[in-house]
Amino acid sequence: MTDSQQKRLAVIAAGLGQPSATRLLADRLAEAAARALADKGFEVTTEVVELRDIAKDVTNHLVTGFPSPRLEEVIERVTTADGLIAVTPIFTTSYSGLFKSFIDILDPTALTDQPVLLAATGGSERHSLAIDYAMRPLFTYLHAAPLSTGVFAAASDWGNAPTTPATRSTSAVDGLRARIDRAGTELADAIATSTRDTSVRDPLALPEGFSAVGAYGETR
Amino acid sequence: MNDIATEQSPVQFGIFSVSDVTEDPTTGTTISEPERIKQWVEIAKHAEEVGLDVVALGEHHNPPFFSSSPTTTLAYVAAQTKRILLSTATTLITTDDPVKIAEDFAMLQVLADGRVDLMLGRGNTGPVYPWFGKDIREGIPLAIEHYRLLHRLWTEEVVDWQGRFRTPLQGFTSTPRPLDGVAPFVWHGSIRSPEIAEQAAYYGDGFFANNIFWPKEHYMRLIGYYRQRFEHYGHGRAEQAYVGLGGQFFARKNSQDAVHEFRPYFDNAPVYGHGPTLEEFTEQTPLTVGSPQQVIDRYAAMREHFGDYQRQLFLVDHAGLPLKTVLEQLDILGGEIVPALKREFAKDRPSDVPAGPTHEFLVERHLAGRDPVPGGATVQHTHEPAKSGNAFGIK
Repeated sequence: MTDSQQKRLAVIAAGLGQPSATRLLADRLAEAAARALADKGFEVTTEVVELRDIAKDVTNHLVTGFPSPRLEEVIERVTTADGLIAVTPIFTTSYSGLFKSFIDILDPTALTDQPVLLAATGGSERHSLAIDYAMRPLFTYLHAAPLSTGVFAAASDWGNAPTTPATRSTSAVDGLRARIDRAGTELADAIATSTRDTSVRDPLALPEGFSAVGAYGETR
Repeated sequence: MNDIATEQSPVQFGIFSVSDVTEDPTTGTTISEPERIKQWVEIAKHAEEVGLDVVALGEHHNPPFFSSSPTTTLAYVAAQTKRILLSTATTLITTDDPVKIAEDFAMLQVLADGRVDLMLGRGNTGPVYPWFGKDIREGIPLAIEHYRLLHRLWTEEVVDWQGRFRTPLQGFTSTPRPLDGVAPFVWHGSIRSPEIAEQAAYYGDGFFANNIFWPKEHYMRLIGYYRQRFEHYGHGRAEQAYVGLGGQFFARKNSQDAVHEFRPYFDNAPVYGHGPTLEEFTEQTPLTVGSPQQVIDRYAAMREHFGDYQRQLFLVDHAGLPLKTVLEQLDILGGEIVPALKREFAKDRPSDVPAGPTHEFLVERHLAGRDPVPGGATVQHTHEPAKSGNAFGIK
C-alpha cells in the first residue's frame, strides 16, 4: 500500500490533433486537481496518457483480445490511480471512437468506485450536454464515481470574446477557469475521502464463495 | 516405427486444430468442407508418421469450423493409426451434456485401446450457449457442475445425481465403462480463468494453457497458480503438476522464406488477422516464424518459463494453409524440431516429475491405488470407489 499522503492522478486525453484542445483542457484540469490536492497536504503525481499515442495498441487489443506490454502498463496505471480525469473530443454527438475503444478494453470492474472527472471539448457549446448524456452513463455503468461537475470547453472558451448573452457578464475565459477550478476541487475532495482500494487487482483471485465442485445441492 | 517413435520422452509433442475452413489468401480459393475434413484426417495420420505423440481436435458448432463431432472424427483416425494419442482442444464442458461426454469418450477409449484423453474448455463462441439451451453468464458454474458429474460418471458405477443444470439421474450407469477402470486423462483448458485452474488442481487433473493468443507472462501466472493449488490439494509437489502448453510456428530452412510465405496467412488469419503485424505478434506471443532452429530455441526456453511440463501442442493447420504446406510443416516438426526439443527437455529433468500421461500410466497408477482424490486429503471423500458388478445399486 502506498503512503496515504501520496496521491496519483491519471489523465486520459482522447484528442486526435497535435497539439489538441483536448490535451490542453486535460492539462488544465490536472493542474487544478493537483493544486487542490496539494492544498490538502497531499503529494501528487500526475500521469497523462494521450490515447492517440497508443491508438494502434488499442485497436490491436480489440482484434486480438490481449494488450501489448505498453498498453498493459497504461491500463494498470489508469485503473490503479487514485483519481481519473477523462477528456474526449465530442464527435458526431458523442465521445470519440478512440475514447470508447480504450474504455471497452478495460475490465468492466477495473474502474469501480474510482473518482472520475468528466470533461470534453467541441467546436461549439451546443455539444456540452454530451458529457451528461454520453460520458456519464458510461462511467456509471462501470460503477466508477463520476463527479457531478463536468467541464466542457468549446472553441470559443479559449478566447476572450463573449459569445452568448448568458456569458456576457464574465468573459468566456474566466468562465472556463472557474469551471476548471471548481472541478479540480471536487476531484480533490472525492480523492481525499475515497475508500477505494487502489492496489493492483489480483487477476487470479477467485470469486468469493467459489467451490471447485460447485455448491448446487448435489445429492449423493 | 521410426527412431523418434521409439525414443522415450517425458514430454508429449503434438498438434491441435481449431478445424477452420478458411480461404487461402494467396489463391483466393476455399476448399470444400468435405475436402477439409478428409485433409484433416491426412494431417492426423501424417502426424503419427512423423513421430508425433498427440493429435487434438477442437469442437465448434458454427461455420467456418467443421468439427462439431470430434469423437466421430477421432474414432476414424484411431482406426487408421497405431500409436498416436487422440485428444481434443477443446471439448465443450459447458454446453455438452456430461453424460454424453462420458459415453462418447469411453466408447472412443475402448475402440482406440486407451489412446484417448480430452481437454475440457468453455469455447469461444457466445451463441453456442443459447443454441444448446444454456446461459453464457453461467459459463463457470456449468463447467464446474458438469465436470463434477462427468468425473462421477467415470469413477462411480452407479450414480444418483441432482444439480442445477441437468435432469437428475437415479441409478444411472454410463456405458461403456472406462477401459481398464480408468477414465481418460482430463486436461482443463483456460485462457484466463483462475476458477478453471483451481478446478484442475482440485481434481489432480492436467491444466492446459493455449499459449497462443496472449503473451507468455499471462500464462505463466495462470500455470504458477495451478501448480501451487495442485500442491495445496495434496496431489504432489507444484513441479509435479500436469501442465500442457499450446504453441504456434511456421518454419522453413531459410528464416526469410518462412516469414515471406507465412505473412499472408498471418495477416488474414481468423482471430488475430488484420490487427498486429507479424513482427509484433511474434515478439509478444509464442508464435515463431523462422528457421527450425529458431523454433527450437524459442520453445526450448518454455521450460524455463513454465517449469518442466508434460505436453506441447502446436497449431499448424489453420488460416487457409494448403494441405501440402501443412504436411511439410509436420515433416519439419517431426524431423527436426521435436527431436531437438525432446533432447533439450530431457536434460536435468527431475525423475519424479511425471511424464505426459498415457493410458498405461493411468492403469498402473490405478492398480497401485494412487488415483488422485478430488480435493485431496483436505476433503472427506464419502463415496466408494467404483466396483464392477453393482449395476442398479445391487452390491
